[in-house]
Amino acid sequence: MSLVEIKGLTKKFGNFTALNDVNLSMNKGEIFGFIGPNGAGKTTTIRIMLGLLKATKGEVKIFGKDAWKDAVEIHKRVAYVPGEANLWPNLTGGEVIDLFLKMRGGGDRSKREELIKRFDLDPTKKCGTYSKGNRQKIALIAAFSSDADLFLLDEPTTGLDPLMVRVFQECVREVKAAGKSVLLSSHILSEVEKLCDRIAIIREGKIIETGTLSEMRHLTRTNLTIKTKEPVVSLEELKGVHNLHEYDGELSFQVDTEEMDGVIRYLSQFGIVKLESAPPTLEDLFLRYYTRAEQADSRLGGR
Amino acid sequence: MYAHLFQQTGTLVKLILRQERLKFFIWLFTLVVVTLAAAAAYPNVYTDEQSRLGYALTMKNPAMIAMLGPGYALEDYAAVGPILSTDMLIFTVIAVAVMNILFVVRSTRADEEDGQLELIRSLPVGRLSYLSASIITAFITNLLLALLIGFGLYALNIEGIDLAGSLLYGFNLGAMGLLFAVLTALFAQLAETSRGAMMLSFAALITAYLIRAVGDVSNETLSFISPLGWAVRTDVFVGNEWWPVLLSSAVAVVLIVVSLYLNSIRDLDAGFIPARKGREHASPFLQTLFGFTLRLQSVNIAAWGIGVLLLGAAFGAVMGDLETYFANMELLQAFFLAEGPDFSMAEQFIALLMAIMSLFCAIPAAMAVLKLRGEENKNRTEHFYSRAVSRTRLLAVYVLVAVLVSVIMQLLVAFGLWSASVAVMEDAISFETIFNAALVYLPALWIVISLAVFLLGVAPKAVGLVWFYLAYCFIVVYFGGLLDFPQWAKNLSVFELVPQIPLDDLTFKPLVMLTLGSLIITCLGFLGYNRRDITG
Repeated sequence: MSLVEIKGLTKKFGNFTALNDVNLSMNKGEIFGFIGPNGAGKTTTIRIMLGLLKATKGEVKIFGKDAWKDAVEIHKRVAYVPGEANLWPNLTGGEVIDLFLKMRGGGDRSKREELIKRFDLDPTKKCGTYSKGNRQKIALIAAFSSDADLFLLDEPTTGLDPLMVRVFQECVREVKAAGKSVLLSSHILSEVEKLCDRIAIIREGKIIETGTLSEMRHLTRTNLTIKTKEPVVSLEELKGVHNLHEYDGELSFQVDTEEMDGVIRYLSQFGIVKLESAPPTLEDLFLRYYTRAEQADSRLGGR
Repeated sequence: MYAHLFQQTGTLVKLILRQERLKFFIWLFTLVVVTLAAAAAYPNVYTDEQSRLGYALTMKNPAMIAMLGPGYALEDYAAVGPILSTDMLIFTVIAVAVMNILFVVRSTRADEEDGQLELIRSLPVGRLSYLSASIITAFITNLLLALLIGFGLYALNIEGIDLAGSLLYGFNLGAMGLLFAVLTALFAQLAETSRGAMMLSFAALITAYLIRAVGDVSNETLSFISPLGWAVRTDVFVGNEWWPVLLSSAVAVVLIVVSLYLNSIRDLDAGFIPARKGREHASPFLQTLFGFTLRLQSVNIAAWGIGVLLLGAAFGAVMGDLETYFANMELLQAFFLAEGPDFSMAEQFIALLMAIMSLFCAIPAAMAVLKLRGEENKNRTEHFYSRAVSRTRLLAVYVLVAVLVSVIMQLLVAFGLWSASVAVMEDAISFETIFNAALVYLPALWIVISLAVFLLGVAPKAVGLVWFYLAYCFIVVYFGGLLDFPQWAKNLSVFELVPQIPLDDLTFKPLVMLTLGSLIITCLGFLGYNRRDITG
C-alpha cells in the first residue's frame, strides 16, 4: 500500500480552481520531488495533505487515513517545514524548537542538540531578531529531531546559505537511510535532481508528469557537444536535432533520445575527434514541459 | 539642506492614506456622528434652565470630576454647550487618541516589522520620509476631524453652541489626537516591536487619564502634567481658552523633532531598548499549549490587568469624597436618585461604573480569542496544525484563556474599587456588594467571547465585528437614556440584560440564560472552525 495516496483531488477557492484532478502516490522510503512554478498549487496540495484546507473533491490518504478527518492521528507521524517559518518574535529559537517537539509528543533531545550544532544556530536569541535563514533552520531542526515517518518539506531551503543547504541534504539522506519518506517541494531543481527518487511536475493545478528522473529523461533529449575533422554539413536538417549552436569550432545541440542512433551514424562519417554527452538536467526537462504546455495552450487558443 | 532625507514624502502620504482610508472613514464617521447626535439630543433632554442646573448639581461631585474632568461653574450650565463638553469631551479625546495610536503603530513600527519599510527604503526615498509621511497623514486626519466636528456642531444651530466654541471643541480633539499620534511615533522609535510601541502608547494614555483624575479631584497642579488635564481646561463654549490647543500642538512639534532625530540615528529594525538574551530551553509550562498561549498574551493581559486595577482604585478613592459631599444634601439626593432614596450616591455610582468597566474588560477578553485569528494571519497556526494538535484543542485553549481573562479583569476592577473605597469611606460598601456588582457581568462578557469564537469559526474575515458590537454596547450604556433608545435596541446590548447591582436584586435567570446562550454560540463557533480552511 502507498504511504500517500491522492486521487482526483480538486480544490477551488471561490471560482478559482487551484488544483484540478491531482493524482499522486508516494511509497515508503521514497524521496519524492514536487516541482512547479510559483502559484502552480504545490503549497495548496501540501496544505490539503496537512488537513489545513479542505478538498473540494477527491481523496487524500496518508498512512491509509483521511487527511482531513484524521489529521491529528496522521500528524503524530508527520514533520512539516513551511517555506517561510513565521515565528513568535518574543520567544527564543530554543523555546520554539522545544515547543514544536512537545506538540508532536516528544522528540530526541540529543538529536536536537546535535542539529543545533550542525545548523550552527544560537538558540538563545529571540525569533524576532533572527534572519529568514535562521528562522528556517529552527523549522528544520524541529522537523529532523522528531521521529516522524513522513517529512513534508515545502521549499525548505529558501534563505539558507550553501553550507546549510548541504547540511539539509545530509539530513534528508539520513532520514531516507532510516527508512522514512520525504516529500520535497522545491524550485531548486538541482537539489531535487540530487535527492529525489521520483518526481512530479505540477502546472496550473494539474500534474503534468510523474516518474523517475531516468524515465523522464527517456522521453526527452540528450545534450551533445562534438568536434569533427571535417565540417559537418546540413546537420540541422536531420530528424531529431534541436538547438544547434556552433562555438569555437565545436557544435552543440540536443538530440531526441529515439533518434540518437541515426544522428551518431551520420556524424561518424565526418571523423569525430571529440564527443561529450550530458543527460538533460531537470531544468531542461522542466523548461521543456513548461514551454510545450504553453505552446499547446496557444494552439488551442487558450490563454 | 536636509531635503534628501524627506524625498518622496508626498507619494508616501498618498500610499498610507490609500491603505488606511477605510479605517479612517469609519473612525471619523463614528466620532462625528456620535458627537453630533449627542449634541442634537441635549436641548431635548435638558429643555429648561432648571433641568440643566439639576444636571450641573449631579456633575459637581468628586466621582464625576474624576471620571470626566472639573467641568464648569454651576451657573455656566444654564447653556447646553457646557453639558455637551462635560459629558462627551474626555471620552471623545480618548477615542481619538486610540485611533491615532492604532494608526501610527501600524504605519511605523508594524510596517517596519513586516518588512514593507525595507522595500520602501530601498527605493529612492528619504530616510525620514516614511515617518514624516505617517505624521503628516495623522495631521491631515486630525485636522479633518477638527474641521468636521467644529463646523458640524455649529451647523446644528443649537442655542449656546456658537462657532467659536464649536471650532475650539473640534480643534481641541484634533490637537489631542495629533499629540498622541506623535507620542506614539516617538515610542515606535524607542521600542523594537510594534507590540512594545503599542503598549508604551496605551500605558501613556492610561497614565495621563489617571493623573488627570487624581489631579482634578485633589491637586490641580498634578493635572497640568497630563495632556488630558489640558484638554478638559479649555472652558469651551464659555471662556473659550485656546492655550490647551496651542500647548499640545507645541509639545507635538517638539516630539516630532525628537522622533525624527531618533529615527535618523537608528538602524532599520532596531530600537533604543535593547534585546536581551533569552532561554535556551522552553520551560515545562511553556511546553504545554495552555502555557504557551498564556505566554503569548501574558504582557497584554498584565497591562490590561494593571490598567483596570488602577482605574478601579482611582474611582474607589474618590468615593469617600463623594460620600462626604452628599452626606448633608438630602434635597439633592431626592432630586438625583430616580431610583428612590434607598440607594446612596456611591451605590448608584458603582452600578454605572461597573457597566462601563465591564465593557472595558470585555476588550482584553475578546482580544484573547481573536489572537488566534492574528496567529493564523501570520501563518503561525500551521506549526500546530501540522503537528498532533487538533483544532478543537487549540481553540479550546484560547477560549479558556479568554474566560480566565474575563474573570481576572472583573476581580481586579472589584478589588481595586473595594480596597481603595474601604480606605476612604466611613460607611464602606461591603466587599460582597462590590464583588457581586462586578462578577454579575461575567455572563455578558462570555457572550462577547462567544461572539468572537463564532466569528472566528464562521466568518473569519469579519472578526472585527466584535469591536462594532462592543462600541454599540458602550453607546447604549452611556447614551441609552440620553438618546432615548427604544427598549429593543437597548436589549441588543447584553450588558443591559444584567441586573445592576446594588440597584437591582441579584436574579439568576438572566445570568443563566446569558451563560447558556454563550455556550451555544461558542459551540457553533467550534463547529465552524473545524470545517473551514485554515489559511496559515
